Amino acid sequence: MTTFAPTTAAEVLDAVAWAAAEEAPLEVVGHGTKRGIGRPVQAGHTLDLSGLSGVTLYEPEELVLSARAGTPVAEIAALLAENGQEFAFEPMDYGPLLGGAAGRGTVGGMLAANLSGPRRLKAGAARDHVLGIYAVSGRGEAFKSGGRVVKNVTGYDLSKGLAGSWGTLAVVTDVTFKVLPAAETEMTLVVHGLDDDRMAAALAVAMGSSCEVSGAAHLPMGIAERVAGGALGEGSTTLLRIEGFGPSVAYRVGRLRDLLEGVPAIDAIEAETSKTVWREIRDCAPFADGTARPVWRVSVAPSEGWKLALALRMEAPASAFFDWQGGLVWLRMEEDDPQAELVRSLVAKCGGGHATLVRAAAAWCTSVPVFEPQPPALAALSLRLKDEFDPKGILNPGRMG
Amino acid sequence: MSRLKMPAPEAATLARRAEIVADMRTIVPGEGVVDTVNGMRVFESDGLTAYRQLPLVVVLPETVAQVARILKYCNERGIRVVPRGSGTSLSGGALPLEDAVLLVMSRFNRILDIDYANRVVVAQPGVTNLGITTAVEQEGFYYAPDPSSQIACSIGGNVAENSGGVHCLKYGLTANNVLGIEMVLMSGEVVRLGGRHLDAEGYDLLGLMTGSEGLLGVVTEVTVRILKKPETARALLIGFPTNEQGGQCVADIIGAGIVPGGMEMMDAPAIRAAEDFLHAGYPLDCEALLIVELDGPQTEVDHLIGAVEAIAKKNGSTLCRISTSEEERLAFWAGRKAAFPAVGRLSPDYYCMDGTIPRKQLPRVLAGMRRLSEEYGLRVANVFHAGDGNLHPLILYDANVPGELQKAEDFGADILRLCVEVGGVLTGEHGVGVEKRDLMPEMFNETDLDQQMRVKCAFDPNHLLNPGKVFPQLRRCAELGRMHVHRGQTAFPDIPRF
Repeated sequence: MTTFAPTTAAEVLDAVAWAAAEEAPLEVVGHGTKRGIGRPVQAGHTLDLSGLSGVTLYEPEELVLSARAGTPVAEIAALLAENGQEFAFEPMDYGPLLGGAAGRGTVGGMLAANLSGPRRLKAGAARDHVLGIYAVSGRGEAFKSGGRVVKNVTGYDLSKGLAGSWGTLAVVTDVTFKVLPAAETEMTLVVHGLDDDRMAAALAVAMGSSCEVSGAAHLPMGIAERVAGGALGEGSTTLLRIEGFGPSVAYRVGRLRDLLEGVPAIDAIEAETSKTVWREIRDCAPFADGTARPVWRVSVAPSEGWKLALALRMEAPASAFFDWQGGLVWLRMEEDDPQAELVRSLVAKCGGGHATLVRAAAAWCTSVPVFEPQPPALAALSLRLKDEFDPKGILNPGRMG
Repeated sequence: MSRLKMPAPEAATLARRAEIVADMRTIVPGEGVVDTVNGMRVFESDGLTAYRQLPLVVVLPETVAQVARILKYCNERGIRVVPRGSGTSLSGGALPLEDAVLLVMSRFNRILDIDYANRVVVAQPGVTNLGITTAVEQEGFYYAPDPSSQIACSIGGNVAENSGGVHCLKYGLTANNVLGIEMVLMSGEVVRLGGRHLDAEGYDLLGLMTGSEGLLGVVTEVTVRILKKPETARALLIGFPTNEQGGQCVADIIGAGIVPGGMEMMDAPAIRAAEDFLHAGYPLDCEALLIVELDGPQTEVDHLIGAVEAIAKKNGSTLCRISTSEEERLAFWAGRKAAFPAVGRLSPDYYCMDGTIPRKQLPRVLAGMRRLSEEYGLRVANVFHAGDGNLHPLILYDANVPGELQKAEDFGADILRLCVEVGGVLTGEHGVGVEKRDLMPEMFNETDLDQQMRVKCAFDPNHLLNPGKVFPQLRRCAELGRMHVHRGQTAFPDIPRF
């Protein structure tokens, strides 16, 4: 059992080339904040990229930033904030949900897990903002893809191919991302007391407007009071975030109030409170309870999320809250059994999507598929891609299995 | 590209043409199989008209089952297939091969579902880009990516090429606006990726498919995001005495946290051509002309117009007009939108390039282009998606002058080399196709290209789908699959180990 801790891309190449030659599987980690997600990796050795750190290029006026894979996202976010910029896709921090500290995830992990946040519905995920990568495949070959410019269709977009691959195709050593100006002002409309179907209708109206809503979430009774130290009060809460320049935010908030006419009890929260609320929704804070109770991250069509949760609760005790206009369902099962078959049959019944078991006791992660099982033709295609990039199965073997 | 080498036709396939045509007719009955020279002539070229080739046979399927049967049939017999949407590719992505079935998807022309609650449209791949907007505009919605060929280009082709457009700085490319597809692999297997939900599950095969130029699979259904139209849009027309000032103005607008709906720049030759053609009121004493469009709520647009105007003044603009009506906004755009035909009037032929550069390199690249223009003795005009650094140099030439096409292509290749040299790329939105295929090594080394080809091998191990495009040199998948193992070397003596 060896832990390799390379500090350069060349050292990563050496380590992976050795592992490929010896057919010695590697667990690829940054700070290990998302180690609990996926099936347990069967590897004798560890490739620890946390020492491969540092921002290598940042040109704010070109909206571009490059960093070594082990650079903490928090460090980059601080640098961007100094220049009034950010990762527009609002990458979540899995640390607290999985029982770890906040602010430790790396930029390589951000790509490997294709992270995003509440703004996903407007701004996309990590996959939509990655411009280029340097990586080492499971064959021990160093390669690059993409570049540092926003518009680029030169060759296949391997950067996207590695987004959400959980380190099973190649070890990313350097990444380049598009960055964007952070909004000058934000304001969140808080609607109290909507039941599920009225909530879904209100969110659809808001998202179907030209108000450029950048966050659309619903926290049912029992969840809302766990957010932002109780700032949202009790009872169910539906949230709509508006961001931009001051005069525009004020106008659009007014416009949304008009569109939601007839909806009772609308408040507005601003500045730090608004930021805290959305950060906690992003990081699934209501379920960051220090337990190992199963947590599912489910993506379905926005109109279907609440129906899925309702149907699930008829069969098993569970808590749920909703982001992405209702299409992202965070579920916490109140008993030990994640009820994988039940959850997935409901996803299928709701028109399709996927359910990922992001937290569960280790035994469950071994016995149920953590990632959404794929139909045979798609599963075979994914397996062929894995075989092309990692024929000896040395990179995070078993993790996505 | 006059020297373009395409894969040698398979003699066995050519010899079996009659049998293949007959078999295609059993799969696609009626008018869906075209095998006469006259009938096939309209398909011999795409938007890169310098290259023409009649296909083996043209097949226009109507159902997914037919597509699956055609591909399976061809896969089992080693017959090549070239997919085609509307044939508007500017890089020769749909250029036929003599021994390949040309699979034309234009009969897949129906919108399957409009779902306003989830803000998606499900369309067949032959629906035009503009057709999607047309289907939803009565409710005030639109589909954001707007390639200039949007009246003709198909949404399936947009997926294949990852098409952009004027608005992609703010609203993203095709890849950012497609939620799901259904596609048929060369094996005939039907696969669905994504859907009405966000993020496809497992590996991001949707991301790989988008921009794969018809080499990985044939798209048979597309689910796209639609957006509510912005309340209003206004534009500024800004002139600068130098390209440097124009470039700096663009950088300062972005630096101020403003992301315009569109931001276009034209150089002096393009300005003059447009003005001569349309009399749009463009100033002739400017080196650089910038069109900045701001869209959104009236309040926001008015607020930002003031901010952009101040930035323009600070950078020494000699002209700054602000649209006060929809007619005026469209008039600002008219010259830019007509830039290609306008330049076309100056010369019998023009060749449109498509490099992307880091924006700050614009003055250097324009200067380099002027130098090359003198060297080659060919004129060049530039239109530029300034916000995202995507350049469209238009090289003027006359194909009837012997050797001039060749010269234009060499000039174009040198421009693209320059783009790569300053940190840019070969193509921003037109694709590699056959046009830039042989330039790929300027940007990628052999190992880089091998990884891309490995993706191809996972999807189409026999290299039957659209061969001769994108990759300068095809390597057998079996050969690529071999591991080159260097066992026994002293492993990583310098890596810290714990």
